[in-house]
Amino acid sequence: MENFNYYRPASVDDAVKAAKAKPDAKYMSGGMTLIPTMKQGLASPSDIIDLGALKNSGIAVGATVVIKAGTTHAEVASSADVKKAIPALAALAGGIGDPHVRHKGTIGGSVANNDPAADYPSACLGLGATIHTNARKIKAEDFFTGMFSTALEDGEVITAIEFPIPKKAGYAKFPNPASRYAMVGVFAADTAEGPRVAVTGAGAGVFRASALESALGKGFAAGSLTGAAVPAKGLNSDLHASAEYRAHLITVMAKRAVDAAK
Amino acid sequence: MPAISMKVNGEAVCGDVEGRTLLVEFIREKLGLTGTHVGCDTSQCGACVVLVDGKAVKSCTALAAAHDGADVTTVEGLARDGKMHPMQEAFKDNHGLQCGFCTPGMVIASIDMVNRLGKNLSEETIRHELEGNICRCTGYHNIVAAVKAGAANM
Ligand SMILES: Cc1cc2nc3c(=O)[nH]c(=O)nc-3n(C[C@H](O)[C@H](O)[C@H](O)COP(=O)(O)OP(=O)(O)OC[C@H]3O[C@@H](n4cnc5c(N)ncnc54)[C@H](O)[C@@H]3O)c2cc1C
Ligand code: FES
Ligand code: FES
Repeated sequence: MENFNYYRPASVDDAVKAAKAKPDAKYMSGGMTLIPTMKQGLASPSDIIDLGALKNSGIAVGATVVIKAGTTHAEVASSADVKKAIPALAALAGGIGDPHVRHKGTIGGSVANNDPAADYPSACLGLGATIHTNARKIKAEDFFTGMFSTALEDGEVITAIEFPIPKKAGYAKFPNPASRYAMVGVFAADTAEGPRVAVTGAGAGVFRASALESALGKGFAAGSLTGAAVPAKGLNSDLHASAEYRAHLITVMAKRAVDAAK
Repeated sequence: MPAISMKVNGEAVCGDVEGRTLLVEFIREKLGLTGTHVGCDTSQCGACVVLVDGKAVKSCTALAAAHDGADVTTVEGLARDGKMHPMQEAFKDNHGLQCGFCTPGMVIASIDMVNRLGKNLSEETIRHELEGNICRCTGYHNIVAAVKAGAANM
């Protein structure tokens, strides 16, 4: 791993200032994606701005669930408040990687990274979350812009993710057994504006499955999804699964997610 | 170079590190505590797991500089007065290892598991919780038996 300068600012403002001063700097939260990426030589930032001293973890539940960016997957998974308000979100967090990854990895880092096989982006899109940054609030629809890319500007820091509370929601993933990432993961929510279904792992980035959403319009039950499908065209095809197999898994996982919805 | 100080196995330690120095490098190379292993270096195998402020983390995927002020426990810090920790004892009694390379990470991860979930662990829970620890020798069966027995004795 190439060497870099290490900063540990105590406030978001200082972090943003440091990032603006160093064009090749990168933020670090849990480091569970960034450090492996740097070890592989896929990133070699001049400076690391560690957000670990911002004290930006915590969960507030009111009309919505607001999770600060530095909250770890383990904290979300074990939060009694999240389990009560959006049980599917706690379950999703508890299924990320393994216990050691969950102790370090954060929701902000996961959402900023937008790995096409990551779990959290599907909850953000499936629930219609809002991403809060130091500068603005961005709707999930506008935030995830493709493989590993987001609407974040240079130096912009995610500060929190705000989730509306659905009537009910469920998440089901078919994990790649080696990495635990989603080969296909489906987040299905019955919301005030109707059913929402977001798919991760299957395409170049998280997307909403409109065919499944309209099928669920007949009633938020697994049976409504019989015969509904997302076309295989354009889905990922790799050594783990063909596009056709992923398309098949989407409907299967969607049914499981709806069945599990609470 | 960041200067850091932390508590490792109850003792205050300090040193200068590069930004890129990993926590596991600090532990093994600066402190000479080679019980913590590096198996994969790709964040997958769990041989490098240590407790940081009481929580299991992969020390190959953590910067030493980010752990200034941390309280770290490695496998060397588990025995008390020359007596092995109940989890170490259980791995020995149940033949929960063959080559032993994964064992320090397995033992630390298992202690973390008990700290979070209690002493009464089902086989299913143990297998699920060990997803971040890979063993290429045992086939896991005796590891699971060791964790169950060790948990009960903690
Ligand atoms: C073995 C293993 C298994 C895993 N399995 C899964 C899995 O099953 N599902 C899954 O979803 N993920 C999985 N992950 C990834 C894990 O969830 C990471 O924790 C997560 O993707 C990144 O979070 P982090 O806090 O570690 O971010 P970091 O690695 O610190 O940062 C990731 C990226 O986000 C940027 N960033 C970080 N914080 C912010 C912020 N607040 N604002 C703006 N940008 C920011 C960084 O600059 C960097 O580019 C796995 C990782 C490992 C090592
Ligand atoms: S050496 Fe750290 S996970 Fe393998
Ligand atoms: S005992 Fe050899 S790797 Fe586990």
